[in-house]
Amino acid sequence: MIEVNITDTITINVDGNLAQVPKGVNVIEAMRSVGKEKAIPHYCYHPKLSIVGNCRMCLVEVGSPLKDRESGHPILEDNGDPKIGWIPKPVIGCSTIVSEGMHIRTNSATVVESRNGVTEFLLINHPLDCPICDQAGECRLQEFSAEHGRGFSRFKEDKNVKPKRTRLGPRVTLDDERCILCSRCIRFSQEIAKDDVLGFIDRGTYSTLTCYPGKELDNNYSLNTVDICPVGALTSTDFRFKMRVWFLKRTKSICTESSVGSNTEIWSREGKIYRITPRRNDAVNDTWMTDSGRNLFKAFESKDRLNSYTVDSVKKKLDDALVATASLLNSNSIGVIGSPFSSFEEQFLLKKLVDHLKADYEMIQHHGEGDGLLLSEDRSPNLRGALINGLIDAIPGNELGALRNKINQGEIETLIVFNEDIETLGIKLDTLKETTQIIYFGSVDNTTAKYSKVIFPSLSVFEKEGTFVNQNFRLQKFDQAIPAPNGLVADRTILECLLLRLKGSDSPNPGMDIQTLWSEISEHIPLLSIVNWSNITEEGVPLESSDWSKLNFIESDNLKYKSKISLEVV
Amino acid sequence: MAKTKVLERKPLTFAEKTFLPQIASGLATTFVNMFKKSITMEYPEVRPVIPDKYRGIPTLVKDPKGRVKCVSCQLCEFVCPPKAIRIKPSEIDPDTNEDRSHIEKEPKDFDINMLRCIYCGLCEEVCPEEAIFLQDNFSLSGYTRESMVYGKEKLLELGGTLPDKHFKWDKKKEAEENNPINH
Repeated sequence: MIEVNITDTITINVDGNLAQVPKGVNVIEAMRSVGKEKAIPHYCYHPKLSIVGNCRMCLVEVGSPLKDRESGHPILEDNGDPKIGWIPKPVIGCSTIVSEGMHIRTNSATVVESRNGVTEFLLINHPLDCPICDQAGECRLQEFSAEHGRGFSRFKEDKNVKPKRTRLGPRVTLDDERCILCSRCIRFSQEIAKDDVLGFIDRGTYSTLTCYPGKELDNNYSLNTVDICPVGALTSTDFRFKMRVWFLKRTKSICTESSVGSNTEIWSREGKIYRITPRRNDAVNDTWMTDSGRNLFKAFESKDRLNSYTVDSVKKKLDDALVATASLLNSNSIGVIGSPFSSFEEQFLLKKLVDHLKADYEMIQHHGEGDGLLLSEDRSPNLRGALINGLIDAIPGNELGALRNKINQGEIETLIVFNEDIETLGIKLDTLKETTQIIYFGSVDNTTAKYSKVIFPSLSVFEKEGTFVNQNFRLQKFDQAIPAPNGLVADRTILECLLLRLKGSDSPNPGMDIQTLWSEISEHIPLLSIVNWSNITEEGVPLESSDWSKLNFIESDNLKYKSKISLEVV
Repeated sequence: MAKTKVLERKPLTFAEKTFLPQIASGLATTFVNMFKKSITMEYPEVRPVIPDKYRGIPTLVKDPKGRVKCVSCQLCEFVCPPKAIRIKPSEIDPDTNEDRSHIEKEPKDFDINMLRCIYCGLCEEVCPEEAIFLQDNFSLSGYTRESMVYGKEKLLELGGTLPDKHFKWDKKKEAEENNPINH
């Protein structure tokens, strides 16, 4: 949400109407700020990249009120209006900064003719293979050709032929004929990914996008070039020819790869996810995301996904599994290994369960290498959520603490495990089986699942709704994109049912809806007292983080995060 | 309210009471029609002449060189009002299809559910490759619902080849080969 400060705005005149726009932005952004972003078509301009102005599509007419050079008084027309000195030819909107009193014409005859001319030139060598082009349906050239094209071609000569299937990298394929030389991908590689591998070779209509000799576009941000390509030149090798975009349903979601919590959009059709793309959020990920984050949905399509409730390796109904679990939870010593991959709501209910059972709670942090951009060192989406929920009050290490010794000494009778594989946590499995009964919430079949008495298959982030708290303590909402397999229910509902059962009610609970749960959350957690499910916006809600300012989080500086150390240096 | 008019029924005459004139005139009609040209036909042994542009079942056609024309753009799937069409796109394997590899895309599966199809012809109208045509066949039968979902092979068999004067993709390949700066 852009809050326009009155002192920082100027008044311009767009097509005869006055408009208040922020100071210092270009004409395209000024139009966006007054909700008329469609008024100026453009290809090469991207809000997060430098301005080159080489597509010429955003041509507009610009003028300013004339002033008398000696007296400084405005020169007036005969009818008393100020006389406008129009620049005699159209200028590009992307590199024209708005100034006080500026007049802009976005749909005059000259402007329309300019756009039509630019479109005609762009289409001269365009192959027009929309039927086989993956960009069809989300292609700027297709849209603007419909608006500004002429429907027939005056170009009688042979079209240029360029290579159709160049491999730029492991994930990106280039169709050179479709390229309109906007250079967005080149600027992205230079400025954002800092991996300067792309460039144009040859001149004029023979210009071709290519990688530098001996290099390829293989950085972890290469698929962003596909997203920002306004035409179908750069295509994702993975998504290529899989599905037309107009069949896909878009769901707003959050990337679970690291604590950055990039905002994403899930593109699915009939319960199958086809691709994940970034969603713009200037406070989190701008318009980018990692390549590795786009592949996360494939882990849940694997064959070793758990898909039924089991008790003693026998498939059971949910109710039977709940009965078995409730009887296991009657024991004296209960341990819980939580997960920073659980959603905020699941952690909230888990906290209630842990308090009710007086169980030992521990969780581990997942460490990885950060890249200083959109991949942080903390490879889990919701560690901050566990802090806010009060499950933990310090940053956990990447190994278990006291709980591990207790388990290994056989002091824990019932162990609840969320998502983790206890084999990797230094727990002696051979003695475990005799002393401890395990209740496992997880999505993938692993050693823990083999040793578990009761298994509750977890849903992926795509199959449930909830919230995560990212590295900057920003509460972000994700929606359900695809239905859960086999009628499974979310961990949230199972935890609710367990809590009800333990409190003596054995009425089958269909599960609270998330709005009711959130009204309970805002009652219990003072930090979230004004937050409820419906007022968590698409941009997320920044939360007050001063309570945890003493903690040393492991993230180093990245795109939107300043670590404590670097803040102290400043 | 409309006024009702009561019609008086006249009593039958003597001739009418015997029914003979009516029988005679009825038989006259019968005998006249016995010698006229029949207006019904013994379907299905005898089939009617189907007019041009009749909208029967949709089928896939091949070009005169026997190649699949469909590039699986899925516009027919999109436009189909009863959602009878399902397409699974795939990439043409350049190793086994040298003359078609530049087209890049072809349907892996192309299913039309003939129980759903309403013969509206929108698929034919929307097809940018002129690969789908409504044929003159209008009566289909099958023992199961599954057998009424026609797959790609069956649709191509029913469609046959169609004279094509454009050869759009051949021209494209020719331009590629004659290009002076062929990369």
